[in-house]
Amino acid sequence: MANAPAALSSAPAESNGPVLKMTGVSKRFPGVRALEDVHLEVGQAEIHALLGENGAGKSTLLKVLSGAHSADAGAIELYGEPVAFATPHDAQRAGVVTIYQEFTLAPDMTIAENVFIGREPGSRLFISWRRLADDTRAIADKIGLKRDPMTLVRDLSVAEQQLVEIARALSMRSRLIVMDEPTSALSEAEVANLVRIIRTLKAEGLSIIFVTHRLEEVFRICDRYTVLRDGHYVGSGRVADVTVEAIIRMMVGRDVGALYGERPIPAHGPVALEVEGLTRRRDARDPHAIELVDVSLRAHKGEILGLAGLVGAGRTETARAIFGADRFDHGVIRVDGDPVTFNSPQDAMRRGIGLVPEDRKKQALFLRLAIRTNITIAAHDQISRGWFIDEGRENALVDEFRRLLSIRMASADQQAGLLSGGNQQKVVLARWLALKPKILIVDEPTRGIDIGSKVEVHNLLIEMAKQGIAVIVISSELPEILAVSDRIVTMREGRVTGEISRNDATQEILMSMMTFHEGAADGRPAAARGAE
Amino acid sequence: MTETRAVETTRETGFDFFGFIARFAPTLFLIALMILFAAVQPRFLSEINLFNVMRQVSITGLLAVGMTFVILTAGIDLSVGSLLAFAGLVAAAVAKGGMENRFTIGEGGVGYGWFAAALAAIAVGLAGGYIQGLAITRLKVPPFVVTLGGMSAFRGAALLFAAGGPISGFQPSFTWWGQGKLGPVPIPVIIFLAAAALAHITLRYTRYGRQVYAVGGNPEAARLSGLNVNRVIASVYVIMGFFAGLGAFVLAARLNSAEAVAGTGYELTVIASVVIGGTSLFGGSGTIFGTVIGTILIGVLLNGLVLMNVSSYIQQIVIGIIIVLAVAFDTFAKSRRRKA
Repeated sequence: MANAPAALSSAPAESNGPVLKMTGVSKRFPGVRALEDVHLEVGQAEIHALLGENGAGKSTLLKVLSGAHSADAGAIELYGEPVAFATPHDAQRAGVVTIYQEFTLAPDMTIAENVFIGREPGSRLFISWRRLADDTRAIADKIGLKRDPMTLVRDLSVAEQQLVEIARALSMRSRLIVMDEPTSALSEAEVANLVRIIRTLKAEGLSIIFVTHRLEEVFRICDRYTVLRDGHYVGSGRVADVTVEAIIRMMVGRDVGALYGERPIPAHGPVALEVEGLTRRRDARDPHAIELVDVSLRAHKGEILGLAGLVGAGRTETARAIFGADRFDHGVIRVDGDPVTFNSPQDAMRRGIGLVPEDRKKQALFLRLAIRTNITIAAHDQISRGWFIDEGRENALVDEFRRLLSIRMASADQQAGLLSGGNQQKVVLARWLALKPKILIVDEPTRGIDIGSKVEVHNLLIEMAKQGIAVIVISSELPEILAVSDRIVTMREGRVTGEISRNDATQEILMSMMTFHEGAADGRPAAARGAE
Repeated sequence: MTETRAVETTRETGFDFFGFIARFAPTLFLIALMILFAAVQPRFLSEINLFNVMRQVSITGLLAVGMTFVILTAGIDLSVGSLLAFAGLVAAAVAKGGMENRFTIGEGGVGYGWFAAALAAIAVGLAGGYIQGLAITRLKVPPFVVTLGGMSAFRGAALLFAAGGPISGFQPSFTWWGQGKLGPVPIPVIIFLAAAALAHITLRYTRYGRQVYAVGGNPEAARLSGLNVNRVIASVYVIMGFFAGLGAFVLAARLNSAEAVAGTGYELTVIASVVIGGTSLFGGSGTIFGTVIGTILIGVLLNGLVLMNVSSYIQQIVIGIIIVLAVAFDTFAKSRRRKA
């Protein structure tokens, strides 16, 4: 299954021309030219990477394709036939199904109901539950979704929910599946599974448009690519004929070169944060909560501690427990040597701890409120006189961080939701930097943001550490962990499995530490739990 | 710190037509409505009539000011009408000098004066709001359910307290607060607008106001930013209670009477005023200015229809349709703006 048939040669007979051909597509919104003369051609049984930074026009192009937006100019051909989709429903009937980053499943309905929603088998009035289950099982088996079709979607992992979305697409007999950043919320193992499924689909002659920010995935699975920049078509070609550097150059319009210079590991400062034996038992009321078992770690002033692990390893839970956001059963947390007990994030903040949470939009930003409010919400003590907010002081604070972090915004009164992902993340970082934290935990610092901003955020983290902050970075992307961390602690299933210096770490070593207990499998010296 | 990329699509270029419409939709609609009524019935624009409209909306307007805080946190308070009735009866009893005297006809009874009565009404309102705020934050029962319970419980308390009859006949110093005027302006109108101004300043310029928007916009983000989310949520019901108490006092003064069925159905008018004024039921977005406009809009609509001799049954139908249309229009304008 893993070695897919080579490219187009083995595609089913019906195909000669491309499955999809979009030519000269343009779309304007008031004040913005979102797309200008963009082309996209996808062949039969082809996995096509659509690349570009945030704001490059990928989403708009996909929305035009899926019928959510109508183009101002340009043509779409499906199997050589000109088409125009007025609604997403039209597109789906023609075999074009889009799977968005935010799933469109009904959490309190079963897998089977979600897969066949609106198309349930049965008579006019009644649903045939048996056929519904059988049909669902047939599709689910094909993509390795090993769950009872009557399971509620709520009880599935993110990766499984994604499979339900794919099953739904297959049940519509779609010929072209568009996946918008399908891997951004998945662990490495889940990504591997998804890749296998995508290859199976390809072997069956389906075409896939794949949007991702992780370029290594492009080289792993995609046949061809198209790059957009600032709403324009930049180029396309066979993945086999191109290098990562060339694609990055096309995306950003300049050479990124070596993204990070050589950086010596700083000498250990004093211990700023010490966690010892942090344990959280399973909770009957919250069966999805991840347990933590005897988690111990230290963060020093002036260093970046990377916390690596697969999704579900307990990294986020550890961070939230330290920050007073979630309860834990026992364990000791020391800040600057003093044992502390935090009953709320407020308590943790008083001791100089900050947390940039995992999910920017759900946990950090006030999307409909002004950027100004988003930056200063935690710093009211600094900018108020009595009950009132001093607008002069507030503006000064906002300006300071706008410059320091080069946040690109039209005005501080703009809604935060209108910013690009990278700028949103900088706004959240600004909120915490304004508090001058001693310890800053950053969970997934660059999830879903474009490469240019990513490098900026990484440099910011490095800069913070230089200024003496103890920075803890949690990331599911190993290259990111390796790029920014000075020291790396790995976790698996709620336990710390090892610790390693950046100089000794490679992706392979980290992966083995994250997937095997105590790193014993390859004999790495992974011990060092708390030992310095 | 790093090299700067020059390119960033901003969406702020050009005149934001839909943004403008979305922002001022209720105001524009109010103006259009007034022009229409003035054209059909010139009497509508007379000074007496306009002040009359304002006086009629001042009680629900007071409640709507409080309700704006509640709805900004994505909450709702269905108990306002009942709480108002209960608080009004307590105020009346105090004004009449205690329970024994509460059925005395005329200005009898050794009263405690308007000030004590007002304090009593507000105290009842604050207490009612506080209990509900606690139930919402501590027992984790949704605001809709808690205040639905409150709606029934406070009405029951009012009926029990009144034991079957209204309490009426207050001293002139009491009724002045509902019937008096400063120059041409009725006192209730002044109270309403002063309360609105105070609320506007609170929401717009204080830390507390920011926190209300933040908690309504994204409670989880607010908690992780160190805000005491439960305290903010409980506080808006206390504020709502304050306005219910104040409204109860002014209403009793205006009617020179308090009764257990006072304020029946107010919750709907009040919520409608806030929502027509553009405050989102999902929290985090809305203004006191909008609420004032929404309040006046409902008053003008009712008044205009009366002047045009439209039957009161039809009035209710029209109001219902307007509520839905106003919100639909608001949503439409905002969605056009978001796509832009």
